[in-house]
Amino acid sequence: MTHASSNKWLSYVLLTLLGFVMIYPLIWLFVSSFKTNQDIFGSSKLFADTYVWNSYSLGWAGTGQYGFQQFFVNTLKLVLPTVVLTIVSSVIVAYGFSRFTFPLRTLLFSLMMATLMLPDATVMIPRYILFNKLGWLDTYLPFIVPSAFATSAFFIYMLIQFFRGLPRELDESATIDGCNSFMILIRVLLPLCKPALFSVGIFQFIWTWNDFFNSIIYISSVKKFTVSLGLRLSLDASSAVSWNQVLAMSVVSVVPCILLFFLAQKYFVEGISTTGLKG
Amino acid sequence: MTRKKRSFRYIGLIYVLPWILGLLIFQLYPFIASFYYSLTDYNMVNAPKFIGLDNYKQIFTNDPGFTQALKVTSIYVVLAVPVKLAFALFVAIVLSAKLKAINLFRTVYYLPSILGGSVAISVLWRFLFMKDGVVNSMLANVGIPSVDWLGNPDIALYTLGLLSVWQFGSSMVLFLAGIQQIPSDLYEAGSIDGASKTRMFFKITVPLLTPIVLFNLVMQMVNAFQEFTGAFVITSGGPMKSTYLYALKLYEEAFTFFKMGYASALSWVLFAIIMVVTGIIFKTSNRWVYYEDGGKTK
Repeated sequence: MTHASSNKWLSYVLLTLLGFVMIYPLIWLFVSSFKTNQDIFGSSKLFADTYVWNSYSLGWAGTGQYGFQQFFVNTLKLVLPTVVLTIVSSVIVAYGFSRFTFPLRTLLFSLMMATLMLPDATVMIPRYILFNKLGWLDTYLPFIVPSAFATSAFFIYMLIQFFRGLPRELDESATIDGCNSFMILIRVLLPLCKPALFSVGIFQFIWTWNDFFNSIIYISSVKKFTVSLGLRLSLDASSAVSWNQVLAMSVVSVVPCILLFFLAQKYFVEGISTTGLKG
Repeated sequence: MTRKKRSFRYIGLIYVLPWILGLLIFQLYPFIASFYYSLTDYNMVNAPKFIGLDNYKQIFTNDPGFTQALKVTSIYVVLAVPVKLAFALFVAIVLSAKLKAINLFRTVYYLPSILGGSVAISVLWRFLFMKDGVVNSMLANVGIPSVDWLGNPDIALYTLGLLSVWQFGSSMVLFLAGIQQIPSDLYEAGSIDGASKTRMFFKITVPLLTPIVLFNLVMQMVNAFQEFTGAFVITSGGPMKSTYLYALKLYEEAFTFFKMGYASALSWVLFAIIMVVTGIIFKTSNRWVYYEDGGKTK
């Protein structure tokens, strides 16, 4: 009895300490975005004696011609269509795989699972050459168009798993009521898989929002920069001027993801545990 | 009736058609094309010129950058992935002890995985581990001399590895889900048979988690081989190319020098390496992964 409860107590202490270590960098980032350069460097204290309050407004305005307002709008222009199209296309394809038998189904399904393992690095260059030929460089089309074709097997698989959990009797009774297969999807199944749709949307939002590699490859003009690119720009540009502005914009750039994470936590954990890849 | 049946046979195909097109255009075609480009000299201005295996010859015999990138990446993968998974498993096991605040802890540990790949976190890492950054200041408080976390070629790679380990949350959530799915009657049966807690841990929990270990191992390994953002933003591959990960080499050849043929060959070498490592993991998995269908695993 005492053994078990002391064990539990030890677990709590351990987990709290670890949690503190895990989260401390983020707290430091937030607090330091209000500090002066002297307090950011060479000090182990979390709180400083003097604070500056203009780091956010100055950082937001940026140093060059375009500020973070532009970068935020750009990122939304890229992320939102990508998220919506990913959800729509993945649902349709997952429905096809989970509810119908058709020629070559097994082969196609295995192919889809194989693409989960296909390293992006292998397809990156021909894609770039293709998009270049299409005149899509320096636009958001390389992000948006592929998402309309359900190119992420991760999401399809996640939704297939979810569809499999919904009883087929639902479809059958709807068929008897005269629904065709598309109406069954829209009217019967979609309302039931809202949690899974949320999961897909949230994951895709955060991954696309944080994406750096594709952004740096495809977007070249500052006017079209995403938040990731803008942040790197300010890191390079502000050579030792005011680091708090860089930190402030780092905070701002992760705020949408943190908000989404806390608001939709349930879906996150659900999503990652039903399929659970990546991260 | 028969007619309806026949049209029914193809209806599923219509639903998966978008994916089939996407596969052909954005995955299969690029996959094959990159092999073709790897046999050419192509700078995106002139037409690709077929040069056979010259790119591969160059990679393996006359490219110190490749050797360095391969070395650095191998160390990174071999260290970061197992440490991250061990950590994830350990925390998941502690967390699974039916603690009240489990959801809070899970959230806190998972948060870094959400943000980890972003430029903001790379910026943060750079500040934390600068020579006069917070980490060194804290160490100074307890009398440890400062470490040049990002400037010392012997250490910088480990500092990046730490960033990867910090993001153990997503693997942990998977382990946790796995632990929670283990039927409790197995433990009940175990305790009736008089098995100790430790024994049950090694005879029930661990074997039933091995499929998840396998899955995490493969996915994390594939991702780690392609790690880019941290090394690019925090250290730019330096100092002295000590964090020159494979993805940086690939990026440089393709998008700085526009040697598309050469970069394609590099990407195929990476693909081959990942496939071989995955193959080895799967081959050995027969010996250490427990399958519930009762070991129909050759």
